[in-house]
Amino acid sequence: MRSMLLLLCSAGVIAAQSQPYGFGQPATAADTAQKDLTVFPNGKGLPSGKGTADQGAAIYKEKCAECHNEKGEGRPGQYPALVGGIGSLTSAKPLKTVGSFWPYATTVWDYIRRAMPFDHPRSLSADEVYAVTAFVLHLNGLVERTQELNEKTLPAVKMPNRDGFVPDRRPDIKSKR
Amino acid sequence: MLWQVPEALRWVAPACYIVQIVTEELTPPRRRFLALGASLAGAVVACRKAPVPSESGAHMRAYGERSPHEKTVRVVRELTKSLGTGSSRTPLGELHGIITPSALHFERHHSGVPAIDPAAHRLLVDGLVERPLTFSLDDLKRFPSASRICFIECGGNSIGEPGANLPDVQKSHGLLSCSEWTGVPLSIVLKEAGLKPEATWMIAEGADAGRMSRSIPVSKALDDAFLAYAQNGEALRPEQGYPLRLLLPGWEGNTNVKWLHRLQLVDQPAMSAKETANYTDLMPDGKAQQFTFVMEARSVITRPSGGQKLAGPGFHEITGLAWSGYGKIARVEVSTDAGQTWADAELQAPVLSKAAVRFRYPWRWDGKEAVIACRCTDETGYLQPTRDEFIAVRGLNSGYHYNGIKPWRVNADGTVTNA
Repeated sequence: MRSMLLLLCSAGVIAAQSQPYGFGQPATAADTAQKDLTVFPNGKGLPSGKGTADQGAAIYKEKCAECHNEKGEGRPGQYPALVGGIGSLTSAKPLKTVGSFWPYATTVWDYIRRAMPFDHPRSLSADEVYAVTAFVLHLNGLVERTQELNEKTLPAVKMPNRDGFVPDRRPDIKSKR
Repeated sequence: MLWQVPEALRWVAPACYIVQIVTEELTPPRRRFLALGASLAGAVVACRKAPVPSESGAHMRAYGERSPHEKTVRVVRELTKSLGTGSSRTPLGELHGIITPSALHFERHHSGVPAIDPAAHRLLVDGLVERPLTFSLDDLKRFPSASRICFIECGGNSIGEPGANLPDVQKSHGLLSCSEWTGVPLSIVLKEAGLKPEATWMIAEGADAGRMSRSIPVSKALDDAFLAYAQNGEALRPEQGYPLRLLLPGWEGNTNVKWLHRLQLVDQPAMSAKETANYTDLMPDGKAQQFTFVMEARSVITRPSGGQKLAGPGFHEITGLAWSGYGKIARVEVSTDAGQTWADAELQAPVLSKAAVRFRYPWRWDGKEAVIACRCTDETGYLQPTRDEFIAVRGLNSGYHYNGIKPWRVNADGTVTNA
């Protein structure tokens, strides 16, 4: 009995040391599931599902084209273009689009799921997000109409500007007094 | 007694005064009072008749407003059909000191302003931690608190400025504000959850409609980051992330995630849209600098500045703000001859790290056209570049993080325009 009491006491001390204040509640799997949106470039965080550009075309027309236009050309000054601009990044008027600038297909998937359609974000099913992502990538000539995107094939799509980013190298400007 | 006066107040004030407080502040009881009958109504009317007309003014206000003569406002630019999405700019040219009034703090919302019930709001800390935890606002307020004055500047402040010469300081620099923020140091909260050694990044996500998220290095989280629940002494404004935002002193505004509801500890950045498609600096060689978090040293003259008019020759104080995400401002210099000569301006105390600093320079204007400008140096020795020095390295396409010197032209008629 005495040794059991000692054991309980030392367990209490360890708990107090490991969680200094003891505030907050243990997070449950449901707490995480409720907010689990992050998708990483290696595909971590992608749910299972599938879709093709052909399937995405109808969803895009109904839910995306009002802002991004029929072929992803956007509406200047209002809604960004999703297509075009490849090769323009060194020009006087670079056009930064999904096709010309975004380095990872997973980012497209992640952004569509969390933030699109703009007026009803997170209303698309996983299959619909795969399909719309496939359609946007197809508009950029990056996947075929019937090519299935899923949690395995999406991270394997190599975006044209995949190697277009460099880490912060500032302070890069040497000013003279 | 016809009505219930709280026991503690009975001896404090005349009954009519208590009636007035209750009828002004509590709507349901007011209805109840009104139903009480003519005798009480008569008493209230009698009380309202009592004040003698004088210069004592209007009724006192439970929550203050500025004078109706003061009209300074933010410039609001809503970008889309969706409500509340866009930006508003702080009218720096009309403000004094270093603290931005909360009602005039700049805003940049990518998916509007969510209406959040603080009692239901929870911050989830999960991923590579020993103990995934959720915190209510009450939980977070129990931790040791800290207050700090620091600026927040949007990474997109002055987009277009190097090429276009924006006409006034609100348009050119108004995505900068400075407040006193209060909250709990993030290092304390992360220790509570127990960081695993492989946790090197933290995905901070907001509860706005678009669930905006940014990847933050754990080194910053453990350095000077904090979770802010208050701004300038009161709860955060809804537009500033009510009830909880991430505060990363000196870092671009977008990383100071508002309406914070999750910190996910991980071993790699998420490469989210706002750290790839946006807030990256496209360089002349076609490569984009990424994770350019720190807002480098910068200063601007706010008076006299574009759109203002000098009353005439004679004394005019040149004043403005300087700030650096690298630390304290060490020096601000002012030129009144288009950058040919420079003289030190006085720095108004307090000079705080990663906060706006007010500078002042006495000037006697001779009534002739003059180009005035300021430049700052921070404690690391970083000197604010000229526009040409900036463009020579980053070109005209980088968009974000512009910090070049901003000259203003004082014309002979006293008007001030961009130079």
